[in-house]
Amino acid sequence: MTRAGALARVGVPTGSVLAFLAAWEIAVRALHIPAYLLPAPSLIATTLADNFGSLAASWWFTVRITLVALALAMAGGVLIATLFALSRHAERALAPFAVVLQVTPIVAIAPLIMILTDSPLATVVVCAWLVAFFPILANTLTGLRSVDQNLRDLFTLQRAGRWQTLRHLLVPAALPSFMTGLRIAGGLALIGEVGGEFAAGAAGRDTGLASRILESAFRTEIPKMFAALTLVALTGVALYLCTGALSRALLGRWHESERGG
Amino acid sequence: MPPPAAPLLQLAHVRREFPGARVALADVSLTIADGEFVSLLGASGCGKSTVLRLLSGLDTPTSGTITRATQADAIPGYVFQDAALMPWASVRRNVELPLMLRGERPASMKPRVDAALHAVGLDDSADAVPRELSGGMRMRASLARALVTSPRLWLLDEPFGALDEITRFALNQTLLSLCQPQDGTPAATAVFVTHSVYEAVFLSQRVVVMARPGRVVEEIAIDAPYPRDAAFRATPQFASLCASVSDALQRASTGVPA
Repeated sequence: MTRAGALARVGVPTGSVLAFLAAWEIAVRALHIPAYLLPAPSLIATTLADNFGSLAASWWFTVRITLVALALAMAGGVLIATLFALSRHAERALAPFAVVLQVTPIVAIAPLIMILTDSPLATVVVCAWLVAFFPILANTLTGLRSVDQNLRDLFTLQRAGRWQTLRHLLVPAALPSFMTGLRIAGGLALIGEVGGEFAAGAAGRDTGLASRILESAFRTEIPKMFAALTLVALTGVALYLCTGALSRALLGRWHESERGG
Repeated sequence: MPPPAAPLLQLAHVRREFPGARVALADVSLTIADGEFVSLLGASGCGKSTVLRLLSGLDTPTSGTITRATQADAIPGYVFQDAALMPWASVRRNVELPLMLRGERPASMKPRVDAALHAVGLDDSADAVPRELSGGMRMRASLARALVTSPRLWLLDEPFGALDEITRFALNQTLLSLCQPQDGTPAATAVFVTHSVYEAVFLSQRVVVMARPGRVVEEIAIDAPYPRDAAFRATPQFASLCASVSDALQRASTGVPA
């Protein structure tokens, strides 16, 4: 990649975000918008700095749950996709459940999970897991199903064993689709985590950013709410960048989707 | 004419139906001799590829019998219509795949992979990944992958159909040299599926003309000695052979009631 290309790739989005923040700041000051309606970016930044200790603890709680849920979603999604790829019957039997869980809004299921698990922590993990699981399952399954038929035949002709076929054909062939699923699931796990926290309504010390947002809303501490919201958004962006970087590292050279990325 | 060699592969009244009563092969009888280069020529959908899959053992007939001489039990070198390379692996890793799947150690694979890459003229592209190669180079890599196991039987399914004519001529030449006897090993047997009359005549000792629904219409011997090169394409013999094969193909396509 050229220097100019790299500059455009990093510089243009950075510039547009900075311009947006500047416009926001100017608008709030010029129109005298009160902080309880819309705090200026500078006020959000100072609030974030002032409350950094308690917000960082909440942030770490949210990140931990999100990553645990994402890891569980990866394990479950890949396992069940493999099962579906091996057996059409298993897919026919289990697919309706997977779809129902996917299409039912997580905030609607969360109270039920809360009752069933009787634990705010478990509720949050299950909520985040539920929303992250399906894209990994669906994409991995697509990847496993779309293996080049000629390559399959070649492996058959060469009398490759099951393990050889899995390791040298199915896993690498399904990897791009799996990575697509992971990139979607990363953001969704965070959304599920936040939704789960809202539904679980957990209060107290050991809670995440969503609880901070609710708490600030009740106390009409709007700048603090925005500070927590900013951390959620930044976490989402970080997750997106991390899964993207992982995808490029694994597929960069050979896969079309990462071409010139 | 060399003495007729022992049959290596034999199809007797082979029929292959696919689900939905689609008949891929109606009734095909075909004998392929050891060391022979045979082309299967015909329009799309006449069952050429099905014959190849049956010969390789990837598919089994609905009825009829397939007889293989013991030396045909070895794994054939199969070349697909597209190069069918693993896009995530370098050319070298692609070419060594058959050896790797047989459990060979890296040290013993290297000289054989190098030799195969050299034979197809890809010495300098061993570390490239498939999408960095042209279509012709991908097909060369695919040939090298089949070549690396020194197969006694080559099964080629329209391997050069998607290539431009210049590349196709070059690869035809490469293929012939790979199949010819060398260093004391006798000629390899090749079954080559194509829809190009010129390609079939240039390569083969025998052209088998097929028509829908899945039957052999005519077999034409190509009595020209190997090695053949570009000069062969310019001979009157080549022209008249192409003309008679074209006629046979014409008869095959018009002789079938719609």
